[in-house]
Amino acid sequence: MSALTFTLKIRPNQRVDMSPLVCQHLHECEPTEIAAMPLRCGKQTVRVDELFSISGTDSADIIIKNSFDKLDFIGKDLAFGSITVEGDAGAYLGLSMTAGNIIVDGNTGLYAGAEMKKGYLEINGNTGDFLGGALPGNKMGMKGGLILVKGNAGDRVGDHLRRGMILIEGNTGDYCGSRMIAGTIAVMGTTGRHVGYAMRRGTLLLWNTPYISASFNDCGTHTLAFLPIMFKAFATLNSRFAEPATAFNRVQRYAGDIAEMGRGEILVKH
Amino acid sequence: MIINGVSIDATFAEAFPMKATRAIITAQNEKWAFIAAQAMTGFATSVIACGCEAGIERCLSPAETPDGRPGVAVLIFAMGGKGLAKQLETRAGQCVLTSPTSALFAGIESDIKIPLGKNLRYFGDGFQIAKVIDQTSLNPNLAKSSSTTKRYWRIPVMDGEFLTEATTGQVEAIGGGNFLVLATSQPQALAACEAAIEAMRKVPNVIMPFPGGVVRSGSKVGSKYKALNASTNDAFCPTLKGMTHTDLSADIESVMEIVIDGLTKTDIDLAMRVGIEAVCALGEQHGIKRISAGNYGGKLGPFHFHLQEIMA
Repeated sequence: MSALTFTLKIRPNQRVDMSPLVCQHLHECEPTEIAAMPLRCGKQTVRVDELFSISGTDSADIIIKNSFDKLDFIGKDLAFGSITVEGDAGAYLGLSMTAGNIIVDGNTGLYAGAEMKKGYLEINGNTGDFLGGALPGNKMGMKGGLILVKGNAGDRVGDHLRRGMILIEGNTGDYCGSRMIAGTIAVMGTTGRHVGYAMRRGTLLLWNTPYISASFNDCGTHTLAFLPIMFKAFATLNSRFAEPATAFNRVQRYAGDIAEMGRGEILVKH
Repeated sequence: MIINGVSIDATFAEAFPMKATRAIITAQNEKWAFIAAQAMTGFATSVIACGCEAGIERCLSPAETPDGRPGVAVLIFAMGGKGLAKQLETRAGQCVLTSPTSALFAGIESDIKIPLGKNLRYFGDGFQIAKVIDQTSLNPNLAKSSSTTKRYWRIPVMDGEFLTEATTGQVEAIGGGNFLVLATSQPQALAACEAAIEAMRKVPNVIMPFPGGVVRSGSKVGSKYKALNASTNDAFCPTLKGMTHTDLSADIESVMEIVIDGLTKTDIDLAMRVGIEAVCALGEQHGIKRISAGNYGGKLGPFHFHLQEIMA
């Protein structure tokens, strides 16, 4: 069985809600049924085959070709299978996904991996604000799984992060790890202002020393035993995080945010 | 059956079902991993009064441990799951948590989980930190199981941080495999047992829980004293040869026992075979006369280890 492939024929001016095109919705659907499925495009509803040419039958392996930054909600609530996006993706990529994996060749918009519960999300380009965050008004962001970004991320990475890991090979914007409840964010590049703002618990693992706010206390340099175990777990990733030379266990530890609960930590490679 | 002049009795060792777990202790070097493991498995020779039977299974190279440091694998056996969990937790808390540079990990997978560091975390007084490493997210091809999703606790302690896995597995096991070495003198009996223990320590999944692996005070069920449920095995006591219904011939002056706990019957079979072979290799010329085994008539324990079948 070949992968179920959606190739974008035209780039609509309005944003498209791609949430119906996930593995569990397309499971056991006939090709004609998939072609006739409705998609919201701005204020209109269009058929899938008006926007995409469709080939292949394996609904557990979806490929979206010629994708661009107005295709929102790709992989929303994904429960199994894999989605590969060739090109950019819009906002809310992998929103609330519960399993499976999503791989994006290009860049993504806001709220990628927001409130995801489990699974694997890989973004090979850059991503927007609120990566793995919570939707406005909600109190919990990502609750499990792993997000890997090979480019840069925007502001508020892991806002309200509850559990799981966010790995970023590039840089992040401001307020990285803001309001974190728990979980782990690792950033190889630089971070913006207000790192760990109002974080309650959790770990920010940084390769470069950030501007540490006054509400974080320096706890000194330490060799931490859990870091080699964590790096060992990254060995299967297609990422710089998997390279043995990347691993370290000696860090400068800052505890905070003491303006909040104060049980979080910023660990900076020493 | 006679091997190298040593008579193998047509009898069997009688063993019982137990619950077991394995923990891996690592430290800055093997010396300190071993010290922690020795402390954790101390006073654990017999369930009769120790609550569990425990021992060091083997030393682990850095490549074999979760954190890449030298380590030691320990096995703990108890009569029930509750007792095992209690012994594991108290021993981990008092002996491993306290030991410098140590870390503690699960050493066996099972659907039944018992706490390892799950409750020790409260020693952190609120400063403890959990880290969940979910391999199923890192590698979607993996099936979700206890071995792919692990929770660790980081407990701040005075020498740095005590890292421990939250739980370990509990498995069905067998305790009480044994054989007796009957010799013409005490030094010869001990030398033969030392040779057996050295060989048996290379067998995986077993421990010999008594001091140095050897018991000099094998017991029988019951006693003339109502308060005791076990007493000296007078049939094998050489000083009572003329006083009791003895099992010893006139030339036997000393008897020592090796008790084996193992994860499966096959493991104990192998350990007994390796041990008896080592004893028999010394042979009659070193004063070894007979190999026998302890049993209760076959009515109490469901596992029977027939010596002659094992050595066949």
